[in-house]
Amino acid sequence: MISALALISLWLGVIFVLLGALGLARFPDIYNRMQAATKCVTLGVCGIMLGVFLKTGFSALGIKALICALFILVTVPVSSHALARGSLIAGVKLWKGTVKDKFTEDRGGKSIIEEEK
Amino acid sequence: MIPIIVLIPAALFCLYRALQGPSIADRAIAVDMMGVVFSAITALVALQYRLSYLLDISIALAVISFIGALALAKYLEGRSLDD
Repeated sequence: MISALALISLWLGVIFVLLGALGLARFPDIYNRMQAATKCVTLGVCGIMLGVFLKTGFSALGIKALICALFILVTVPVSSHALARGSLIAGVKLWKGTVKDKFTEDRGGKSIIEEEK
Repeated sequence: MIPIIVLIPAALFCLYRALQGPSIADRAIAVDMMGVVFSAITALVALQYRLSYLLDISIALAVISFIGALALAKYLEGRSLDD
């Protein structure tokens, strides 16, 4: 029972990581890429670590995997938030199909949506 | 063994974006994600061979990619590191 749960969690994590990395390679601009990559990779790596924990139980391996999952769950959203804010301030353009740009509307600046060519 | 082989294309996608990415923020997020994917691969290798000390390397990789991403974000905002 526990072993089947561990296998399901591990494979769900692997599929999530693969699809998130595919999104990182294929999406049109950095904000879309960041959304695909950080969300899917966080959940996927946490699933993999949970699978390792369920497979090995309360051994040195399992406890370290649990600690690593908690650390990744806390830090990856923080770093992606900081990078998104930094790239907005540095003026990286949004994709040309973007509908709304609330950030520059609030700041009253020039829009950073990419021009249609 | 099979999950490790499935995860290698994920790391290659991140590497593609890190080499190709038009802006520096693309490269930063790609390298950050590559560190996290490598920490997952290391955890799977540790599970395969039952070597608990490999998970220390996994935690260290996660810490290093986190600190590197924060430093790059500060650089992108145009502030210095001791600001």
